[in-house]
Formats: sequence, C-alpha cells, structure tokens
Amino acid sequence: MSGMSIPLTPHQVVDQYFLEHRAKVLDIAAFLDRFDRAAAAFGGADSATTDDVRVRALCAALDLLRDGQPQRARRVLELWSDHSVDPIPTAHTKGAIGAMPLPDAKR
Amino acid sequence: MYIDPHIHMVSRTTDDYQRMAAAGCVAITEPAFWAGYDRSCAQGFVDYFGQLTDTEPKRAAQFGIKHHTWLCINPKESEDIGLAREVLAEIPKFLDRPSVLGIGEIGLNKNSRNELVVLEEHIALAKSRGLLILVHTPHLEDKMKGTRIILDAIKAHGVDPARVLIDHVEEHTVRMVLDRGFWAGMTLYPDTKCTPQRATDIFEMHGTDRLWINSAADWGISDPLAVPKCREEMRRRGHLEALIHKVSFQNPQTFLSQSPNFRLR
Ligand SMILES: [Zn+2]
Repeated sequence: MSGMSIPLTPHQVVDQYFLEHRAKVLDIAAFLDRFDRAAAAFGGADSATTDDVRVRALCAALDLLRDGQPQRARRVLELWSDHSVDPIPTAHTKGAIGAMPLPDAKR
Repeated sequence: MYIDPHIHMVSRTTDDYQRMAAAGCVAITEPAFWAGYDRSCAQGFVDYFGQLTDTEPKRAAQFGIKHHTWLCINPKESEDIGLAREVLAEIPKFLDRPSVLGIGEIGLNKNSRNELVVLEEHIALAKSRGLLILVHTPHLEDKMKGTRIILDAIKAHGVDPARVLIDHVEEHTVRMVLDRGFWAGMTLYPDTKCTPQRATDIFEMHGTDRLWINSAADWGISDPLAVPKCREEMRRRGHLEALIHKVSFQNPQTFLSQSPNFRLR
C-alpha cells in the first residue's frame, strides 16, 4: 500500500478523537441495554442469546475490535458482508439490512 | 475551491446551491439515480433527463457552479428489464447535450441477474459512444460481492478502467478497485457510508492517487457540504493544503477532463 504521511502522533490522535469515540462506545452500550430492557419487557431473548442477525453481527464485531490485529474497519466490513459470488436470481427488495447472518462458528 | 463530483441536486433546495457556492464549490456532477419511488414508465425518465440536462445547469449557474450530468436507468429500477430497455433506448437522444459526461450511476443494488444484464447493456452503450462511466456499488452487506461482479463485468467488456469511477468504496473495497486500475470515489454519507474521519484514514492508508470524495447528497438525510467538511478534517489533522486540493479538486478535474464536455467555465 502506498499511503501518505501520518501527521498526528499517537498522543495527538487521542487528544483529538477520544471524547468523540468515548461517546460512540456509550451509544453502543446504551443500545444493547435498550435491547435487553425491551427483551425483558416483551419476553424475548436478550442481546447475548438473540437470533437477530444484526445484533449478533454487532456483538461479533465488538469481539473483533479487541483481537489486537490491524485493519479493524476493513475486517468488520468483511465480517458483515455477503461472501457468495453468484448473482441472485431475482431482487425481491431494494434495501439492505447491514449484515449477513454469521456462520455458526462466529456466533 | 472544490468540486463535488457526485450529488443529486434535483432533490436539494436552491439555498443548498447558495451554501455550496459560499463554501467554495465551483463544479458538481449529478448522476441519474432512484428518486425514492419507482417511475411508472420510460417517459418519467425522459422528463428526468430533461431536468438533469436543462433545468439543473441553469439553477447551478445562478451561483457560479458548473453543472454536469450522467445518464442511465439506475440499478434500483433495473429489475424490470423491459422498462430498462425502453429507457436505454431514450438515452442516446440526450448524449449530445453539452453537459453530459457519460453513463451513470450504473451498477448493482441487490446483485441480481437482471440488474447485471442492464448493467452490461449500459457498459456496451458507454463503450460504443466512448463515454466515461460512473458506477454505484451496492449498499452495506451487498457491497463487497457487488463490487467484484461489477469490476469483472467492466473488464470483460474491454473498457479502459482509467475511464471508469467506482463510487461508494469503503475500507473493504477500495484496494480491489485501485489495484485493477479504476478510479475510486468515497462517499461522505451519514450512517451507511464514510465519515470525513474514515475517508481521511483511507487516504492515509491507500494514498491520494485515483481517489476522490463526494457527498452523494440526495433526498435522504445527507449533507451537501460534506466535501468541505472532509477538507476541514484533513486540515485538522495537519495534512498539506496541496493534498487537500488534490483530492477535492485536482483528482475530479483530472478524471472528468477525459470527457470533452467537462468545463469549469
Ligand atoms: Zn448517487
């Protein structure tokens, strides 16, 4: 890869971006809490046991963030991507939901 | 001074033009896209092509912004091959208009067989007329697969990748696009595409050659000032003004100038 120069030191990266990303982590925490409260109120599975593809995909991505390996953004996007290769027979919808069901090993 | 090479001004208000001009926008290009509803017949697209080639250039000119356009039937309305072929038959009637740069934004949406057939017929039209191509890649989980299929289809038609811009790239698709000789666009769009921060990260990782930024602002929650905001993000990190100018002005100028219809004045 032929990237360009990296102007910020590690300390400057933290100074510029820490509060922004601290807030985003809290948003994820609050989202999972919200899901679990709804599960308790309506008698569904919570975020640890749900079959919802999107919640499972989000939690799997959180595990990936902590694996100590580089290129996290690329790998999260790949985790959520359709890895099949052939065109589908027919488009029955226009939308995308944001994540594919995970293979069982990644659940 | 900057160019926003992908924005849907038919969905924006005139005061957006005013604010873009104030922020330094000198030129935009507007691909034909999905209006948020399916048009019932080819005549709906004919009217839209008239809006893109006649109404919008005049509206932009009031603010000193040069407006160019791309024509096609977009992939979200390409599942109906019969309708798509009727629209494809109308496109040549507009190709001689002075602000038309090429065919776009074509591509795939759900990666279906019919979408691919319609994509290939657009590629053939662009190739036969020597036109530039602007490609929409699918959203979210469909993007990686769709990008691969699109790159293969364009290569199979023998189109020079230096005359094709693959838009909406993210971290998992940018490398395959650049490695195969295409140009790549990063779209600064809330929630579903890149933020100014991630776009700047991608420049830092993959360089600034054959790569541009755009807002793709449209009828959804989106930001017609996303390009100047990304310029600010790069500045905030301490990147050189020459690099900021390269990605937000020179790169689009270089790619778009391959069309004889692209003019800044
Ligand atoms: Zn678009």
